[in-house]
Amino acid sequence: MGEAAATLPIPATPETGLLEGNHAKDAVRVCETTGLSVCLNAQLFIRLNAVMAVVCLLIGGVAAILVALTRWPAVHLLPAEWFYRVLTAHGLNMLIFWIIFMEIAILYFAGTVPLKSRLASKPLAWISFVLMVAGAAVVNAMIWMGRADVLMTSYAPIQADPLFYLGVILFAVGALLGVINYFATVYIAKRDKTYAGSMPLVTFGATCAAIIAVAALLHGAAIYVPTFLWSIGVIDHIDPAFYRSVWWGLGHMSQQINVCAMVSIWYLIGTLTVGSKPLNQAVCRGAFVLYVLFINLASAHHLLVDPGVSAGWKIWNTSYAMYLAVLASMIHGFTVPASIEVALRRKGFKGLFGWLAGAPWKNPAFSGMVLSVVIFGFIGGITGVTLGTEQINILAHNTLRIPGHFHATVVGGTSLAFMALAYYVVPLIFQREYVAKSLVRLQPYMFGIGIIMVSLGLSFAGSYGVPRRHWDVEFTGATLSAGFDPSIHILLGIMGIGAILAFTGLLTFILTTVITVFFGRSNAGKPMEAW
Amino acid sequence: MSINVPAKDWFKAPSGFERVWIGLALMWCLVMFLAMPYWHFRGKQNSTGEAYTVSPTDFARRVQREIDTRKVGEESGVPIVEPPPGGDAYLQARMWQYWPILKLKQNQTYRLHISSTDLQHGFSLQPMNMNFQILPGYDHVLTITPTSAGTFPIICNEFCGIGHHAMTGRIIVE
Repeated sequence: MGEAAATLPIPATPETGLLEGNHAKDAVRVCETTGLSVCLNAQLFIRLNAVMAVVCLLIGGVAAILVALTRWPAVHLLPAEWFYRVLTAHGLNMLIFWIIFMEIAILYFAGTVPLKSRLASKPLAWISFVLMVAGAAVVNAMIWMGRADVLMTSYAPIQADPLFYLGVILFAVGALLGVINYFATVYIAKRDKTYAGSMPLVTFGATCAAIIAVAALLHGAAIYVPTFLWSIGVIDHIDPAFYRSVWWGLGHMSQQINVCAMVSIWYLIGTLTVGSKPLNQAVCRGAFVLYVLFINLASAHHLLVDPGVSAGWKIWNTSYAMYLAVLASMIHGFTVPASIEVALRRKGFKGLFGWLAGAPWKNPAFSGMVLSVVIFGFIGGITGVTLGTEQINILAHNTLRIPGHFHATVVGGTSLAFMALAYYVVPLIFQREYVAKSLVRLQPYMFGIGIIMVSLGLSFAGSYGVPRRHWDVEFTGATLSAGFDPSIHILLGIMGIGAILAFTGLLTFILTTVITVFFGRSNAGKPMEAW
Repeated sequence: MSINVPAKDWFKAPSGFERVWIGLALMWCLVMFLAMPYWHFRGKQNSTGEAYTVSPTDFARRVQREIDTRKVGEESGVPIVEPPPGGDAYLQARMWQYWPILKLKQNQTYRLHISSTDLQHGFSLQPMNMNFQILPGYDHVLTITPTSAGTFPIICNEFCGIGHHAMTGRIIVE
């Protein structure tokens, strides 16, 4: 009998106490804090992608403070040539590299841990990662060597070195492979029946992000491949109106990947920090589906004052569908705080605001998430809907009101949510306790308040006509003079001071996280400590 | 929990405050949806998006012909052109200048043709802060009626290379 037992195949249930899952025996560990099973391959690529994300965040952050200190007229730091170069680096490293590396990490998490599944393919994850790193490196090399002073949008017929476009294509292909790996993971989880019924909400949100990512990356291919061919002389003309409409299919949709990922993180952090439960799963999921169906059409609002597209096309695409995507954000903006309130009341906190006072404000994962909801919803949402209106867009197109809007959505919303996630996940995934905890507790407030100042300073300066992507509000050297209301100096000063505060917050995040990852006290084998 | 599989009967209609909120938000979205097209026709502030294909050389030639026939003065080396009231006015965007200066009559309606002869540019009329995208190969036609007199700077608000910040122009209304 004993011998027969020894020759039995490895039991489907590993000795770790897991009851479900499709993991091989040595490819999984159980998280001591959450009790969730963690696929070790997924963990490796979550770590790798997260590390690259933070590297790009640092490059983009240094570029950010240089850009802000140049746009602050009292400082006016960089010369014109370097201003546009650094602005190009800022846009690509922040909006594309930091965010998409992070999103691939999130997809690897959402496809494996909540579904109790293994990562579909380790080789594919490697190919994806190597291509993304190569692409990001080539793009950065071209920018910093001064061969791609074309800003993030690289609107044809302005032209960069062919390697710049090639780098973007490599990165996009790598990201697409990562997304495919995610879908494959979801597929094998379903096939192996690692879970029964519908997928968890966080994975559902991540799946919506992944669907939008495929659409966005296909638009990217549709525009960057011809542009690359044009830059090496195979095609002799790129129509600028065609470029703009297809590019924004990538440019706008990729921001909706952020929104889906960010909202999923809101729900995730709500669950992890206070044990919140979605009030009504059908409502939350329905709102995610609205993003998938309608947000892509909102890219039309980038073309509201363009020639070549009719007024009917503009009105149709920006009024009918965009508001259904806005509806989705309004729903999440209600259900996330509501589920947190319900969870805290269940813990016994009472009164109109008593539950708020009882919330874990010392936990930077929680405070960062709440600030993300508030900044994204109130500043980002209101400015976004305003700017997307045909009538108001005439007053706002290409002014500082535009970066004023998206610094609230992408930085105050998405980036802050990603930081908040890191505060919860780094101690679990790297199994180390955060260093300098009192400083880290302050970080979300530092970063959040800084970004609010940046966003409002930019928005109000823009309402006086100050253009975005512009080196000199004094128009030095212009044949015919021009200028703005003097109050823009105060507004751009608020932006500058906010930028210094936010940059300090950014450095605090990066330094504490990097030190934690390498030198933090190990918490392997025991639960994460409370904040 | 958002990371667990939901209960089997998760698909149900919203209730209570959640339902009220969704109703309010949806109603607000409908108001916005109707307001934008309504104000497009009622407010008469928006461009109809009128545009034609034009080659940069042809457009530059047309602008030069206007300067040759309708020039009324010069400022800092930039010609001032007075287009016929009720007629067509031509403005060329190029690195890094709006060319020429246009002199318009108050309360007259003009068809303002703007195009670029090199990169993309941004037409931004100050201080009222009206902004339009200008593309090479597209003749962007704006039907405008200046209602106040004065000198109005034009600035470029689309990045067009190292001299972008010095790209300005002017419209004079008398």
